[in-house]
Amino acid sequence: MPDMSVKICGISFKNPVIAASGTFGFGMEYSEFYPISRLGGISCKGTTLVERMGNPTPRIVETSCGILNSVGLQNPGVGRFLSSYLPRLKKQDIVVIANIAGNSVEDYCEMAERLKDSQVDMIELNISCPNVKQGGVNFGVLPESVAEVTAQVKKRSDKPLMVKLTPNVTSIGDIAKAAEGAGADALSLINTLTGMRIDIKSRRPVLRNNTGGLSGRAIFPVALRMVREVYKCVKIPVVGMGGISSWEDAAEMMIAGANAVQVGTANFHDPFACVKIIEGLGSYTDSLGLKSITELTGTLSEW
Amino acid sequence: MRYTQELGKILNKTEIAKGTFDVTLHSPEIANIAVAGQFVNILCDGFTLRRPISLCGFDSKKGILRIVFEIRGKGTEWLSRLQVGDNMDIIGPLGHGFSLIDSSKKAVIVGGGVGTPPLLPVAQFYRENATVITGFRNASAAILQGDFEKAGAKTILCTDDGSAGIHGFTTQALEQYLNENECDIIYTCGPKVMMRSVARLAENHGITCQVSMEERMGCGVGACLCCVCPTKDGKGKHLTRVCVNGPVFSSTEVDWDA
Repeated sequence: MPDMSVKICGISFKNPVIAASGTFGFGMEYSEFYPISRLGGISCKGTTLVERMGNPTPRIVETSCGILNSVGLQNPGVGRFLSSYLPRLKKQDIVVIANIAGNSVEDYCEMAERLKDSQVDMIELNISCPNVKQGGVNFGVLPESVAEVTAQVKKRSDKPLMVKLTPNVTSIGDIAKAAEGAGADALSLINTLTGMRIDIKSRRPVLRNNTGGLSGRAIFPVALRMVREVYKCVKIPVVGMGGISSWEDAAEMMIAGANAVQVGTANFHDPFACVKIIEGLGSYTDSLGLKSITELTGTLSEW
Repeated sequence: MRYTQELGKILNKTEIAKGTFDVTLHSPEIANIAVAGQFVNILCDGFTLRRPISLCGFDSKKGILRIVFEIRGKGTEWLSRLQVGDNMDIIGPLGHGFSLIDSSKKAVIVGGGVGTPPLLPVAQFYRENATVITGFRNASAAILQGDFEKAGAKTILCTDDGSAGIHGFTTQALEQYLNENECDIIYTCGPKVMMRSVARLAENHGITCQVSMEERMGCGVGACLCCVCPTKDGKGKHLTRVCVNGPVFSSTEVDWDA
């Protein structure tokens, strides 16, 4: 069996499969199916400084090969995350990534400080939530603001910092370089693509928020292209996500340049998706005769 | 591990009303631990999201589940095309079900349309102490009346067009029933407007009422926070997950005015 462990900005993951933020809560729900310690890591539900109720329903609708969601960052706030959810999660042998979102640079910095002495292993800076007017997406679309928020949080935090990028931009490479230049330790991408569905009977949007974030199989090729583009632009590690539903998808993502992957929407379809991807990646790495899965990253030969 | 994934072989399938299917599955692990009011999440080939379908019956000895569902869209249409012998990929049992208190108490059960199936196990618990008021569009859409009678319950059927039973709504029949009879507890599942009226009547009569809520669902296990329902308690207003904290709530917990 090949070595499945990967290291991202100094943090060791036992395998490169991380449950994606917003699809896996704080890990407790899926631990009713299997021990979540089988995963490399978990990126927790996007957390804000104070509790958020989120958007009115309907918050989810099926699309061709995917879903749109408009949850709107419903979360208990960083205080309850630290006091109630994190201790339970830390009992598992799993890398814990806190995904933080805010309305202002100051919000992000305050959250980073609150997490300073916590048992969180890594911070994922969510500057790409499409469902909240000020859920960070405004920070995510301009290189200048990405650099500003990244630099400020980096100054106030002692945790490895991974910046999560939105695909709803003109040039993701420029955004990635801005984050790297401002001190990001890693990048994760892509968040959801903004989309819409309409009920043709009522002629109203299906989602109460009108628009939502598209995820699932439909976005995989877009995600793969963007991960490739970013991989070529930066030197820091890249965590690839967006529509990964099988070990083959995960393998493609790593060949494109990802050091690890996040799996989200696939869990809704198959609660054992992450576990199956880990197993499949192991056999594939073995079949290639590689000693370590890290040898797979960025091995694409472009035409 | 509270949840199981099972491939349930279809043992029986009947179209009991136009577009409404009654299916029994061999699913021993889920059947062994299911309670009234819970649901399963069923994989539909070619769709991302599973379809949540409430349990109309479960028999732990025989290892059998019964589901009754209506074609609502393309996912349930795909499900309806499965045949006896095919497998359904299901996860369950999911959700917080009905609390069944004491079978000697007088229970009134109010079902609207395809919200009726999860109420059958409740009627089977209260038997002759149950009165089941159900409402449908018309006579041909009426389902499960024989099952409720077989359970020993008294049935009051209502239809919108008067083609069977009482010409009118379940809530009118419920109001009349409560004015003339004793009732200790009310259970309801159906359209939200109906349940809201049932909840009001229950409150006016000082009777405990349990409601089974519906919302567009994602994961079905509480992780994604898509299927929330407005609720209230002493601490204020909340958006609470239908898939794990529900689908069954106390009627006074639901914030009907939100």
